Amino acid sequence: MQKGNLQKRKLNNQKLIVSAPPHIRDGLTVRRIMWEVVLALGPTTLLGIYIFGWRALTIILTSTATAILTEAAIQKFCKKKVAVADGSAALTGLLLALNLPPGVPLWLAGIGGAMAIGLGKQVFGGLGNNPFNPALVGRVVLLISWPNLMTTWPKPTPGLFRSVDVVTGATPLGLLKEGAAVATSQVSLWDAFWGNIGGCIGEVSALALLIGAIFLFWRKHISWHIPIPFIATVVLVSGIFWLLNPAKYVHPLFHLLTGGLILGAFFMATDMVTSPVTRKGQIIFAVGCGLITVAIRLFSKSPEGVSFAILMMNGATPLIDRWTRLRKFGEVSVNA
Amino acid sequence: MKILTFPGGVHPPTSKEATRDKKIEPAKIPERVIIPLLQHTGAPGEALVSKGDRVTVGQKIGEAKAFVSAPVHATISGEVIEIKPLPYPLGLNTDSIVIQSDGKDEWLEVEGTKDWKALSPDKIRETIREAGIVGLGGAAFPTHVKLSPPEGKKIDAYILNGAECEPYLTCDYRLMVERPKEILEGFRILMAALSVKNGYIGIEDNKREAISAMGRELNGEPDIQMKVLKTKYPQGGEKQLIKAILRKEVPSGGLPFDVGVLVSNVGTAFSCWEAVVSGKPLVERVITVTGPGVKEPKNLRVRIGTRVSDLIEACGGFNGKPGKIIMGGPMMGLTQFTDEVPVIKGTSGILVQTDVLWDEEIACIRCGKCIQSCPLYLMPTMISLYSKRGRLEEAKDYGALDCIECGACGYTCPARIPLVQWIKYAKRELAKKKAQ
Repeated sequence: MQKGNLQKRKLNNQKLIVSAPPHIRDGLTVRRIMWEVVLALGPTTLLGIYIFGWRALTIILTSTATAILTEAAIQKFCKKKVAVADGSAALTGLLLALNLPPGVPLWLAGIGGAMAIGLGKQVFGGLGNNPFNPALVGRVVLLISWPNLMTTWPKPTPGLFRSVDVVTGATPLGLLKEGAAVATSQVSLWDAFWGNIGGCIGEVSALALLIGAIFLFWRKHISWHIPIPFIATVVLVSGIFWLLNPAKYVHPLFHLLTGGLILGAFFMATDMVTSPVTRKGQIIFAVGCGLITVAIRLFSKSPEGVSFAILMMNGATPLIDRWTRLRKFGEVSVNA
Repeated sequence: MKILTFPGGVHPPTSKEATRDKKIEPAKIPERVIIPLLQHTGAPGEALVSKGDRVTVGQKIGEAKAFVSAPVHATISGEVIEIKPLPYPLGLNTDSIVIQSDGKDEWLEVEGTKDWKALSPDKIRETIREAGIVGLGGAAFPTHVKLSPPEGKKIDAYILNGAECEPYLTCDYRLMVERPKEILEGFRILMAALSVKNGYIGIEDNKREAISAMGRELNGEPDIQMKVLKTKYPQGGEKQLIKAILRKEVPSGGLPFDVGVLVSNVGTAFSCWEAVVSGKPLVERVITVTGPGVKEPKNLRVRIGTRVSDLIEACGGFNGKPGKIIMGGPMMGLTQFTDEVPVIKGTSGILVQTDVLWDEEIACIRCGKCIQSCPLYLMPTMISLYSKRGRLEEAKDYGALDCIECGACGYTCPARIPLVQWIKYAKRELAKKKAQ
């Protein structure tokens, strides 16, 4: 550990340290936050491996390893301190893997990991400076470059380390594009809750994700201001459409439990770097994410909207921060 | 009783166990004292004595003509051996008077009055000014100036600050437990100086003995109300105290009298009692000498001007190798580069830390913890960012000048950014710019 920006002076044969207050610190560090978020992703990661087998494990390892290596290589090249131990690159790599279909080739996961860190983070100056969620940048690069590979979904074959099923299934949201009736007839909401549905490695079980989310709430790494309004907006708006025309639109619970909504709302929209800092701003950000998600899911050709919704609102974050600047203590409003 | 508080703030460990139950002891009268002519917020004084003069305890030895200033007094009897700039706790060197003790501890003849109710407000102010009393909570603002609000500002509430929210410090707590009667009488004298009818005492809820001692002494008198406050830092900040007790916000850039309130520390009230009732000027105060780097932590009644080294000795010496010597508490105290600095009127404690290991500062990850902890609802990370980049106008726009430097943001920052330091820098540069 280095002694920060402290000044040492020698007097009375004793070196005393002179520094600015405060002289005590809370125990929480950035490194701790990052690794605890990784830990919170544990249940859904393990369940993903259980459901999709060895292939899922190798995809997760590849993506995480390339993310860490890319971060280290760029930091070394830029003559910065190599700081992969802070856990942020590992978290990005893991989040990306959890957002990949379980059958993608390993080279794709590798490119994704490198893109997420290189293009999503280091190009802006590294930790704390990236405007967009790096894992989602990686995912979108892959989605645009290899759309077929990124939308091929092996069927879930639960069982400890079984090989991945070559039969290609459909995701619930993919079915939705064929009509509400088709989708609801083939997907049980209970399966969606437990995780027995097609989808990305880390998004299939609402239960596993919620266990991690509760841990994050408990550790105060996330607050309700982003995930709850995000999810509430999706449920509310999709619910209005369902009430108006239940034949055409699907039940709001379907939207809640399928696709990447829960993963996105609790683990990606809440990324501290790319979301607003004020509580009011966070709510505005979350409602925006919810509206864009529903708009994409209901009215566009693409089945899933969470990633794009978060990325778009990431872009709006500086503006939201500016709008929602806090009233200072004792600040007298001009109109008062 | 309802427990009051303010929005924001942090919960550092209170670390008061080492000295909480230790009675205030008088420290040995030192061989030598160093008395800086500037110990308060305001204009520095000029020496009234010269090298070689003999002085007695309580004799006025420094004074300024300016209104916002306070005289200083000799705190031991003996000979003035030097008048020159010397290290002092609030920064680099400042003009100081050095007195060598004659070992006699002779006091100037002084006289006070038990019948202070017969004194006019002006006479009370004058007595307090002559006694050199300043706010003992830390800011050291001259008390007689506080008692002279501008024309047209009506003061209708006076708060006695017994919060003592800084970790480690117990001097105010001990004073409240041991001398509640004198503190209350001192407070009533302060209230009388402005004919204030509503008095409040604010004490954090972890100081039960102080609450009961003061409560017993109050005995239901209607002029002063006891208010129990949540233990949270910085509860003892005057703006936070006013917010918690009276639900009023001091306007941005304003002072408590703008909302008709004054706040004084319990130590200040005690010194006012001494000044008015026994005629004793501010020559000693209670401080807490504590921390892992001190062998026997204590609450000591010390003469102003006593060097830190003497007090460390009085507490059994250093425990291990000292890392930081901090004047004040760990949240706002200032680190010293030598133990030859003297205790001044605003010194509430000496904290010695041993293991000083710091994580390196890394980039802000915008977690927002500084924002949620700021009791002034500022955005410390934004101010510090602008300050770092020299964009002072933006730093000001984000409230740099409203910052009370409590350090709550720096305490909570997981990236270990020295937020307060950057904000202080912006404040200083803005002040320089304004002066030009």
